[in-house]
Amino acid sequence: MSRLAPTPPQTVGPFFHVGLVREGMNVMASERTEGERIRIEGRVLDGEGKPVTDAMVELWQADAHGRYRHPAHAQGGVRGGTPGERPPSASDDTSSPGDAAFAGFGRCGTDDDGRYWFETIKPGPVPDPDGDQARHINVAVFARGLLHHLSTRLYFEADPAHETDPVLRRIPEERRGTVIARRTGGGGPPTYRFDIVLQGPDETVFFDL
Amino acid sequence: MTPAHTVHADFPPYLYDAYRATVRRAPAQPLVQLPRTLSERTGPGPAVSAASAGDADLTTNGGTGAQAAGERIILTGRVVDDGGTPLARTLIEVWQANAAGRYRHRHDQHHAPIDPNFIGFGRCLTDERGVYRFTTIRPGAYPWQNHENAWRPAHVHFSLFGNALPSRLVTQMYFPGDPLLDLDPIFNSIPTSAARDRLIARYAHDVTQPSWALGYRFDIVLRGSEATPFEPREHEHAVQR
Repeated sequence: MSRLAPTPPQTVGPFFHVGLVREGMNVMASERTEGERIRIEGRVLDGEGKPVTDAMVELWQADAHGRYRHPAHAQGGVRGGTPGERPPSASDDTSSPGDAAFAGFGRCGTDDDGRYWFETIKPGPVPDPDGDQARHINVAVFARGLLHHLSTRLYFEADPAHETDPVLRRIPEERRGTVIARRTGGGGPPTYRFDIVLQGPDETVFFDL
Repeated sequence: MTPAHTVHADFPPYLYDAYRATVRRAPAQPLVQLPRTLSERTGPGPAVSAASAGDADLTTNGGTGAQAAGERIILTGRVVDDGGTPLARTLIEVWQANAAGRYRHRHDQHHAPIDPNFIGFGRCLTDERGVYRFTTIRPGAYPWQNHENAWRPAHVHFSLFGNALPSRLVTQMYFPGDPLLDLDPIFNSIPTSAARDRLIARYAHDVTQPSWALGYRFDIVLRGSEATPFEPREHEHAVQR
């Protein structure tokens, strides 16, 4: 089947806050959301280790039970879906499963030190035809100088499910650590640190979706 | 260092020297191929698609009661996936400079006036046929620091989620006949003229409203959630109407 050529991307530029970032978009969980409250924080760094102060980070994650708030999850995501099946449209949203008090989406611009943070809940393991995936959050990074956004995943430190995760297995072992968030000390909710390194020796693994 | 592959042959590369900010920000390692798990076959689009009617008129959504200054335009088009299926009720977010080429942003130091009646951002949902429509003003060109005497061509930033993570698109829409396009490294980072052409709106006289606003049409094709390889088409504007 012939496909239409997709519209090419362009950089988000330095002024995206005007349109995309509003206060509170990085607070993803409300009082009614089920699950363990966590905080995710980190920095976006360039190839010289300098903070990227005009990046935007987006998260997409499942709820505490591993359900995405999306109709594709209800339509047999556990089976892996039917090949060639038309993607669901937003109009099917009433069939979306998952915690009604959790959309699973967050967005945060980096500050003058390149820092970002989110308040969310720890996602449950997402089902996969070959067994559950390890708990993870899908991460997209946009910035001036990124002509197309970058996609990665955030996994949680000390999860035995990493051994069998279908995505982690595709990453060379020596680079796997770049997608694993580290638990940090201190008070408040459990906090995971996840730095995103765009380039260099500690470069984060990015995916071709 | 081997530059990271691009996701599509006619998408811009991550490293494009003429656009200087890419040099220290482009990943050097190749992208890792992902299987299409449930995480990639879902995405935030359906859960976040909400907008109110007033959000789509950037000439009035500043809320001051007065009109934004500039040449009023109507931007409309269709959003489809790469299989040609219209995306109904999907969110589109746009942002842009004002008519003088100034963003309402603390980091924009261009010596051009702020328009108190223009905030420069809007959002709307597509209808059942995948059609969106904004009313705004034509943005001005503005200088930037990339190289000597660098000016960005007039553009409107677009952000869409589509139905799944691979559909996510942030891009810029340009205006036909702009002489700055040939000089712009961001636009020219797209490797083929056919693909660059897909970012240029078309003047649409059937959209133009008498004594009110000029019309432009800009259709958008989002990648689908299925991992079907892209086949180039000779007919680049199949979805133009």
